[in-house]
Amino acid sequence: MSRIGVFICHCGENIGATVDTAAVAAASADLPGVVHSVDYKYMCSDPGQNLIKDAIREKKLSGVVVAACSPRMHEPTFRRACQEVGLNPYLCEMANLREHCSWVHEQGEATTEKAADLVRVMVEKVKRNRPLYPINVPITKTALVLGGGIAGIQAALDIAGAGHRVILVEREASIGGHMAQLSETFPTLDCSQCILTPRMVEVAQHPNITLYTYSELERVEGFIGNFRAVIRKKARSVDESACTGCGACIQKCPTKKIPSEFNADLGPRTAIYVPFPQAVPNKPVIDRDHCTYYRTGKCKVCEKFCPANAIRFDQEDLLVEVEVGAIVVTTGYQVAGAAEFGEYGYGEYPDVITGLQFERLASASGPTQGVIRRPSDGKVPETVVFIACAGSRDAARGRDYCSKICCMYTAKHAMLYRHKVHEGNAYVFYMDIRAGGKMYEEFVRRAIEQDRVRYVRGRVSRIFERDGKLVVKGTDTLLAGRPVEIQADLVVLATAMIPQPDAETFAQKLKISYDEDRFLSEAHPKLRPVEMNTAGIYVAGACQAPKDIPETVAQASGAAAKVSGLFSKDELSREPVVAVVNRCAPPDFSTCVGCFLCESACPYQAIEHEEIRARDGSAIKTVAKVNQGVCQGCGTCVALCRSKSIDLQGFTNEQVFSEIVIL
Amino acid sequence: MAEFEPKIVAFVCNWCTYAGADLTGTSRIKYSPNVRMIRLPCTGRIDFMLLLQAFGQGADGIVVSGCHPGDCHYTSGNFHARRRWMLFRRLLEFLGVDLRRVHFAWVSAAEGAKWAELVNQVVEDVRKLGPYREFPRRLAAADSRAEVA
Repeated sequence: MSRIGVFICHCGENIGATVDTAAVAAASADLPGVVHSVDYKYMCSDPGQNLIKDAIREKKLSGVVVAACSPRMHEPTFRRACQEVGLNPYLCEMANLREHCSWVHEQGEATTEKAADLVRVMVEKVKRNRPLYPINVPITKTALVLGGGIAGIQAALDIAGAGHRVILVEREASIGGHMAQLSETFPTLDCSQCILTPRMVEVAQHPNITLYTYSELERVEGFIGNFRAVIRKKARSVDESACTGCGACIQKCPTKKIPSEFNADLGPRTAIYVPFPQAVPNKPVIDRDHCTYYRTGKCKVCEKFCPANAIRFDQEDLLVEVEVGAIVVTTGYQVAGAAEFGEYGYGEYPDVITGLQFERLASASGPTQGVIRRPSDGKVPETVVFIACAGSRDAARGRDYCSKICCMYTAKHAMLYRHKVHEGNAYVFYMDIRAGGKMYEEFVRRAIEQDRVRYVRGRVSRIFERDGKLVVKGTDTLLAGRPVEIQADLVVLATAMIPQPDAETFAQKLKISYDEDRFLSEAHPKLRPVEMNTAGIYVAGACQAPKDIPETVAQASGAAAKVSGLFSKDELSREPVVAVVNRCAPPDFSTCVGCFLCESACPYQAIEHEEIRARDGSAIKTVAKVNQGVCQGCGTCVALCRSKSIDLQGFTNEQVFSEIVIL
Repeated sequence: MAEFEPKIVAFVCNWCTYAGADLTGTSRIKYSPNVRMIRLPCTGRIDFMLLLQAFGQGADGIVVSGCHPGDCHYTSGNFHARRRWMLFRRLLEFLGVDLRRVHFAWVSAAEGAKWAELVNQVVEDVRKLGPYREFPRRLAAADSRAEVA
C-alpha cells in the first residue's frame, strides 16, 4: 500500500500569492494513498527539507511529491533529501506549481484547481515509481585523440600528463597539423615552429602516449568508458622500427617534382618523403601514387641506398584494434579551394595565392627561405594586396560564418611583408576588422600605424592581368563607394576556414552531430563547449568552428580536463532513466518477439540481440536487450514496440497512462 | 450556465517544450490555465495510445510539442514523432476523431512566448468546437460491444 507524502511549497509569494496552497494541501490529503500533506513557505530551505525528511521517517513514506518549482530547478535537491533518510531518490517527484501554474495564470479558482490537478497527477505517478539505482559502467582509462594538430597535441599531452594513457592518431605522415606550416603567429610574432616542435617531440617521447601517424580511424563501436576502435595504419612502405631517419632515400629519390602539401603546393617534394624537416616521427613514407616503382615496376633506388634496409615495398595496411574510454576529436580544418575564387583569378594567375601559401613564403623553412618572392617569376613584389573575407561571410558562396582568424593573420601578413620588404606597399581590403582578443586590436593598430599598411574598407570585385601587373578593382566604402584600382604584384586571399572534406562521413562514423556548415556540433554552445552529444566523445579545435591557436589550445585543455575527470573514477555512475526489455517466467522469458523495430529506431545503437537458451544450450529465441551504458533514455523504442515489451524506467507506460487517467 | 472551459492535455518533451514552458513562467507571461502538461523525455516516447487514452478520459483537445527538427536532445526522436504523427493523423481520421482537436507544434526552450500563444490559440479553437463527448461515448460503446461478444 502506498504511503505518499505531499509537500506544497509557497515559494514565498511566488506560488502562495496566486495559488491557495492550503486548499491544495487539504485536497491532496484526501487523495487515495496520501498519508501526509502539508504546505510550507520554502520547501527548498533547510527547515523545508527537514520537514520532508522527518515525515519520511515518522510516517514511513513510500513516495514523495514536492509541489514547488520546475523539476529542472530543484529535483536534484529534493531527491538528495529523500536519499539522505533512506528513501530511494527515484521515489520522489515534483509537481511544477510555479513555472507552469502560479507564474503563468491569474489568481483564482481555476489556477488553484490546476495546481491540485498537477499534484494529483504526480501522486498517481509516484505510486507507480520503482526504486531505481544508478548504473555503474567500468571505464577503460585510455583516451583516443583523433588528429595530431596543435589541438590533438595539447589534449594528448594534458591527458598523458594527468597519468592516463593516450593513443594519438594522425592521418598525415607527421603530427603538427596546420600550425607547423605557419610562419609567425599573432599577436606576438613568435615563430610557430619554434613553439610547436618542442611539443611534438614531447608527444613522441611521452611514456603514456602511443603515436599512430599515417593512420586513420577505421571504425568505432561501444560507448562511454568502453569504446573499441579500429585504426588503419596505412602502409608507409618503410619499416619504422628499422628506419633511422637518415634521409638518404629522400636525397636519392629520382621523382622530385611532386607539389609539396606542406608547402601548400609552392615547392616540390620527392616520392619518398617526410613532410617537413622537423617531422615527428622523422620517418619517411612512400607516396605510392607518385613513386616510380609503384607506377612502372622499376626503380627501387631508395631500397638500394637505404643503409638500414628499412624499405618495405610489400608492406600492407595494418588494422589495429584498441580499447579506449574516451575519444577526443581534433581533426582540424582546411582552407577554401581554388574553384571558388574565379573572379579573383585564383588558379589562373600564379601570383594570386591563399593566406596559407603566404605563410609558407614568409616562413624561414619555406620554399623561398622566408624571402617574399612571388610564385610566377620569383621576384620580390613591390605591391601586395591582401583581401580579407575571401569566401567567409559570403552568403553567395553558401558560407555565412566568419572565419575568425583572417583579420588577424591578414594584419600579420601585411606586417611581415613590410618588415621584409621595407619599400613595399601593402594594401588590405576588408569588410570589418574583428580584432577581439588579448593584444589583438593593438596588433592591428600597429600594422596600420607603425608599419603603415593601408587599409581600404571595401570589397574587391575583380582581379585581372594588365601589362604584367595584377589589377585589383574594388571600392572604398569609406569614401562614398569611390572606385579603387591598385596595380599589384602579388595578391593574397584570406580564404575561409572550412571543415575537412570528409567531415560528414567522419562524424557519421563516430555518431556525432555536425552543423549546416559541417563543423562538429558541441553538446551545448555555452555550457558544454568541449563535449559532443554522444557521451564520452569530446571536441577541440577548428573541427568544431573556426578558431585561432590560443582558443584551440584552451579548448583542447578543456577537453583533456573533461577526460581526466572521467578517468578519475574507476566506474561511471549514470542516471537509471533507461529502457529495459521485460523478462517473465518460462516458457516465454520475455514478451519480446524479436522484431527489432526498436533497433532501427534507436538513435544510440543501444539495442543488442540476446539469445535465450535452454539449459541444454539450445536456442529458444532471440530478444532485444538494452545496453544500459549506451541508452540515453529517450523512449523512442517504447512508443514503437508492438508487443509493449520494452519500457522506459522513470517514464513507464504504467506511470504515464496513470497520469492521464487521473486527469 | 458558465462558459465551457476546454480541457487540454499537452504531451511535451523535457528538453525543449517543458523548458520552454518553464521560460514562459520565468518571463511571467500569462496564458490560459486550461492546459495540463505530461512531461516525457522526448516526443519520440509518445505513443498513439497515450493520445487516444487522453481523449477517452475526456480531453477536449491535445497538444504534442517537442524540439524543432534538428534540435532533438536525442538526435532524432522528434523525427520519429513527426513520421509517426503523419500516420497517426490518418488513423485518427479513420477513427472519426476531429483533427482540429489535435495540435502538433515545435516549441524550443527559448520560445516561452510561443508556448503561451500556442496554448491560448488551442484553447480558443477548442472552445469554439465545444466539448468533445463523442469520442469517449463511442469508446464506451465499443467496449460494451466487445463485452457482449
